Amino acid sequence: MDFFLQLLVNGICIGFLYGISAMGFVMIFKSSSVVNFAHGELLAAGAFLFLALVTWANLPVPAAFLLTLAGTFILGFVIERLFLRPLIGEPLIEVVMLTIGLASILKGAMLLIWGGNLHNYPDFLPEGLGLHFGAVSIPPVYTTSILISILFLLLFGLFFKFSSQGIYMRSVADNQTAALSLGVHVKKVFALSWAIAALVAGMSGIVLGIINGINVHELSAIGLKVFPVVILGGLDSIGGAIIGGLIIGLLETFTGGYISTSLRDVIPYIALVVILLIRPYGLFGLVEIERV
Amino acid sequence: MDSDILLQLNNITVVYSDVIQVLRGVSLAVRERQIVSLLGSNGAGKTTTLKAVSGLLKPENGKVTDGTISYEDKTVQNLSPEEITRKGIIQVLEGRQPFKYLTVEENLKVGTATRWGKPYRKDLEMVYNYFPRLKERRKNLAGYCSGGELQMLVMGRALMAHPKLLLLDEPSLGLAPLVVQEIFRIIVKINEEQQTTIVLVEQNASMALGIAHYGYVMENGKIVMEGRAGDLQKNPDIKEFYLGMGAAGAKSYKDVKAYKRRKRWL
Ligand SMILES: Nc1ncnc2c1ncn2[C@@H]1O[C@H](COP(=O)(O)OP(=O)(O)OP(=O)(O)O)[C@@H](O)[C@H]1O
Ligand SMILES: [Mg+2]
Repeated sequence: MDFFLQLLVNGICIGFLYGISAMGFVMIFKSSSVVNFAHGELLAAGAFLFLALVTWANLPVPAAFLLTLAGTFILGFVIERLFLRPLIGEPLIEVVMLTIGLASILKGAMLLIWGGNLHNYPDFLPEGLGLHFGAVSIPPVYTTSILISILFLLLFGLFFKFSSQGIYMRSVADNQTAALSLGVHVKKVFALSWAIAALVAGMSGIVLGIINGINVHELSAIGLKVFPVVILGGLDSIGGAIIGGLIIGLLETFTGGYISTSLRDVIPYIALVVILLIRPYGLFGLVEIERV
Repeated sequence: MDSDILLQLNNITVVYSDVIQVLRGVSLAVRERQIVSLLGSNGAGKTTTLKAVSGLLKPENGKVTDGTISYEDKTVQNLSPEEITRKGIIQVLEGRQPFKYLTVEENLKVGTATRWGKPYRKDLEMVYNYFPRLKERRKNLAGYCSGGELQMLVMGRALMAHPKLLLLDEPSLGLAPLVVQEIFRIIVKINEEQQTTIVLVEQNASMALGIAHYGYVMENGKIVMEGRAGDLQKNPDIKEFYLGMGAAGAKSYKDVKAYKRRKRWL
């Protein structure tokens, strides 16, 4: 039972991170219909930027964290400006090729700088953040990551619901022509979705780095898990991304815990195939409002 | 050029995808504070004309290849929709097109995109004044509104932008006669109270000419007739083809043929 609870907590924590980084992926897809194959590299970029700021620049952790978020935000913005914008209106296949190319470039650059070895952050989370319920103990990194995830979800919820920019972003995802007709800067919205997506990916990258250590190959492979997550949640549903993330996270940890660790990394993709076969639009894809 | 002309199209040609020519030399003028109605059958090029003005041809791979469009005495053809909307030209699209997953009030809020960051409370009140139904529905998702409510919504959304020139594409499309009357009554009110100049594209010629000051008739990408709305209403060809008041009364095969003949002449 204790083992079960432990896995449950781990699964929820990992799942939140998958969900949140998938949220970034869904945002890009919803606003500009771009399928971003460089998502894992954005994740890794965040993890390594944080590493650089903490170890090389010796910045205090909170400052490094905020700077990393700012840095990945700018990275996303620049990527959209330089690479995606010239391709607006081009066939999907070209855009997909571009993001695949982008993935190799980012990965190559990180390999060049940090190599393919496993790096670790210095221990900085205070032990006091860990929780103990009887035999179940939640290590500090898990409590932190759950707290950060919930904080991010809240912030984004508020942003999309109440801020003008958030509402413009939703309007573009909803009906691009109508948004154009009202003077919404659609290109700015694309840029902003890339920036926010890179930021949340970077944030997940840091936390995953704290949990598993930082390795280019591993982090970019985790990025690929957005596909099972978003296919499960429905490509166009931000809430679905979170739930999809939780399901994949739990599935993984329980498979790893009860069946075998080698099956753990495969199970998300097995789920992906099964879902594509039975519910291609995802479990939580938007219910199309057909009234109009 | 008269000083009170707000918008002028000079012999414009519009081509989609570099090959499909849709407008073949359209010229028209819209005076400030007037309602100008643009009539014509399906596929005549009315929507294309509006999109040429609002810059919305671009995303459809269309282009003004010849002629000029001047607005407030500046040429504006082929500018981006972002630029054109900021000059005060707002198009209300054919077939309504709400943001389905946004609430009514959020839809209205998107209407303030051209002046992002400025207060808009007063404008919301103004829109709710014209369309009290919207106030009742303001927390509902737009996707669940009725056709009439949606037409009010998209017009209100456009009003939020403080347009100087409002381009309305078939506001009566698919609405019950009573609702159409209500919509048209409000169009007149907006024109009078907000001093908004309006270009009204319509299939419903009698309603449109009833509220317009001036009218144009399009066929096959050209203007084939123009005149003061009152004169157009009396014109026998308009009566026959657009107002459904053919002198012959009951329709027969002969009439249909006559219709075709006359239409070619038009
Ligand atoms: N994006 C496009 N690409 C190619 N051709 C187009 C495009 N949009 C419209 N057309 C063509 O241009 C012509 C005029 O279309 P337009 O929509 O302007 O007509 P309309 O007068 O608004 O008709 P309706 O009353 O049916 O709305 C039509 O023959 C149409 O097929
Ligand atoms: Mg049309």
